[in-house]
Amino acid sequence: MPVELRVPEVGESITEVMIGTWKKREGDAVATDDAIVEIESDKATVELPAPSHGTITKVLKGSGEKAVVGEVIGYMEPAGAAVQPAAAPSQPVVDVKRKDGRTDIGSVQPAPAAAAARVMPAAARVLGEAGVSPAAVAGTGPGGRVTKADAVAAVARPAAAAQPAKPPAPRPMPAAVPAAAGGAREERYVLISPIRRKIAERLVEAQQQAALLTTFNEVDMSAVMALRAKFKDSFQERYGVKLGFMSFFVRAAVEALRAVPQVNAEFRDPHIVFRDYCDIGIAVGGGKGLVVPVLRNAEQMSFAQVEQAIGDFARRAADNKLKLEELQGGTFTISNGGVYGSMMSTPIINPPQSGILGLHAIQDRPMAINGQVVIRPMMYLALTYDHRLVDGREAVTFLKRIKDSIEDPSRLLLEV
Amino acid sequence: MQYDLVVIGGGPGGYVAAIRAAQLGMKAAVVEKEDRLGGTCLRVGCIPSKALLESSHKYEEAGHEFAQHGIHVGGVSFDLAAMMKRKEEVVATLSKGIEALLAKNKVARIRGTGRLAGPGRGEVTAADGTRSVVEAPRIILAVGSVSVVLPGIEVDGRLVGTSTEALAFDSVPGHLVVIGGGYIGLELGSVWRRLGAKVTVLEYADRILAGLDGDIAAEALPLFRKQGLDIRLGSKVKSARAVGNTCVVECEGQEPITCDRVLAATGRRPATADLGLETAGIQTDARGFIPVDGQFRTSAAGVYAIGDCVPGPMLAHKAEEDGVACVEAMQSGWAHVDYDLVPAVVFTHPEIAAVGRTEEQLAAAGVAYKKGVFPFRANGRARTINDTTGKVKVLADAATDRVLGVHIIGPSAGDLIGEAAAAMNFGATAEDIARVCHAHPTLPEALKEAALAVHGAAIHA
Repeated sequence: MPVELRVPEVGESITEVMIGTWKKREGDAVATDDAIVEIESDKATVELPAPSHGTITKVLKGSGEKAVVGEVIGYMEPAGAAVQPAAAPSQPVVDVKRKDGRTDIGSVQPAPAAAAARVMPAAARVLGEAGVSPAAVAGTGPGGRVTKADAVAAVARPAAAAQPAKPPAPRPMPAAVPAAAGGAREERYVLISPIRRKIAERLVEAQQQAALLTTFNEVDMSAVMALRAKFKDSFQERYGVKLGFMSFFVRAAVEALRAVPQVNAEFRDPHIVFRDYCDIGIAVGGGKGLVVPVLRNAEQMSFAQVEQAIGDFARRAADNKLKLEELQGGTFTISNGGVYGSMMSTPIINPPQSGILGLHAIQDRPMAINGQVVIRPMMYLALTYDHRLVDGREAVTFLKRIKDSIEDPSRLLLEV
Repeated sequence: MQYDLVVIGGGPGGYVAAIRAAQLGMKAAVVEKEDRLGGTCLRVGCIPSKALLESSHKYEEAGHEFAQHGIHVGGVSFDLAAMMKRKEEVVATLSKGIEALLAKNKVARIRGTGRLAGPGRGEVTAADGTRSVVEAPRIILAVGSVSVVLPGIEVDGRLVGTSTEALAFDSVPGHLVVIGGGYIGLELGSVWRRLGAKVTVLEYADRILAGLDGDIAAEALPLFRKQGLDIRLGSKVKSARAVGNTCVVECEGQEPITCDRVLAATGRRPATADLGLETAGIQTDARGFIPVDGQFRTSAAGVYAIGDCVPGPMLAHKAEEDGVACVEAMQSGWAHVDYDLVPAVVFTHPEIAAVGRTEEQLAAAGVAYKKGVFPFRANGRARTINDTTGKVKVLADAATDRVLGVHIIGPSAGDLIGEAAAAMNFGATAEDIARVCHAHPTLPEALKEAALAVHGAAIHA
């Protein structure tokens, strides 16, 4: 019996996805957990793994087409189906999965048809308005249905209360441009991908809702570079990872966030929510664009743990293997435009966060130190902050604190 | 006058959107060119046709069925003018009700023909030709649809007409030719047949009721023919026109038909011509529908569209859902209308109703399904009301048992479909419906039995 290939639940507030590249074609043999097709949502790209050994028999939705969660996008014939009746998803399995209230994005299972409608209509409205994924809500209704009460409770939970997705302004039609004589003037129409659309919505939202200001400073990288040169071999030998700059900046940011907690807080009317933990997002270039995986409890991480985690993020981002939950949350972000050569920029906040630290290229510049002109490896720092809850003095103090820690890393040891 | 929202069109989509907007605190106005609010549905559609269907059904019952109950009424006659007057009163009462609802919600009523005059601007032409401008940051286009008239059919509004005329004939035509075997043609064809007209229905396709489940339509066809509707499938109408006081209808490969009246019932198209869409840079699709996104936003900022003038089922209740969702999304950013779960009802006798997917759609999509069927002749209530024609059919996913479609032909099918729609919105399985205690003796027991039949467990069949 053919097995349906359905769009899996890909998490938070996602009902519609775009079909990416089919890695297997009709007639291709697949082994269990082989990636069959890429599913692009506005949060990330995931791969649909084969539920069993077998052969792809039918592709219903081509690359670039839209599909909804739960929709059948193809079929496969399991190998030796007669002796493997368990290949087709059955009701009890689903119930167990729903009751624990989580969906594992890393190993998404094809959702059976019933899963898609387990959210009652009123609950769908409550969750939709709050931008909370039905997948993140444990249903208490008959057969695990998400009831309105479940939805209301889930939205009230601070952790689940993601930013409401504000409607983007309708797009005006482009005005016709008079054609110039000669020369090809072709326009290419490329469908906006869900990821790009989401990025656009969030950026506009950040610009509209927060009072964004940016403050600058510069930092002398000599001390950190010297420290790296001195310990890079023994560090690599011991931890199997290079000692980079990011671990210094993450540690310095943790110290600064402790000193100026507003930058680590959230403006959630009528409250300002302060945290005693630092979940620091690190912007890394991925296969499909910039992604920002989050270092959870960065305040408890050692230099080596930070370097290992970032290296792991970068590798998996390149392969589109980051899990959705690794991209969610975050209380502060560090973005390093320096790797692309940026000298100075104003980063934009990742709402509902209140601050983002921008790192830039290191350049030798003549500096006046003790009345002498000396060449130093300098980096400009930028802090964009939400002025609604972070005062200018605090922002400047925050950035100065980072500068001080980087210029004299022994401060990080002593936490002064 | 400055409004938060101006709705162009006072039909079921438009007036509902305006009331919902008012409930949410917006200052709203409705632009309507007709004296009566309620749109096609209330003025010249669903409501008057149901009034006439009920009157003509009662006449037919009195003449043919009362005797089976042991009631003898002697010679039965009817007064067409009185029937039309009752229909008028029903329409007038409901239309006044909408006026009262708008007033209660402080929704302004603007009389005149509304058209778009750029984003944020509407132009209203009153009956006397005077023009005025209304401005609002949000404008909803809810202009509905008009009858499609095929080339060759010369509608003169007298003898050759559309549903609007067929709802107001001043006498029963001796011979009525209906072009189109869809729900409009079959409903109005039934009305005039019951009142004594010879009715010929010319349908181009090889089946009636396109879009509905094929098995149900196939069951309905002989029933309608037995009632006296002369339904001719595969009839390609080339022309229809009035000649003096009769009409001539020409069909490919058939003798020309001479008749007294012609009803063109070949569907409806969006009423988007001359709506000023170009002033906001909005382009319709090839069939004239206004493209919108999931929140009913057109390509122009602040301009929305709902109901029959956007793609989707052209039904009053769907337009109402559009209207509510569109307005709510303006505030919450979230809108959802599940077009797969819009019920459809044909108010013939027996009634036909459906929600969800047909067998044809499931087969085309390659969905494995199970079918449960229960005939009304095995239902106690159907026996007691002497109305045992038809059946309930439940289609459920073979793997998950989730109900994917429910199709009913039989007594009160339009009322019965509500339970099925609710169950499907809740993601019910066939077993869920089967395990709900249904009152006895009632028609909904047939739905429960059909749900049981999905697993071969119907008790009474």
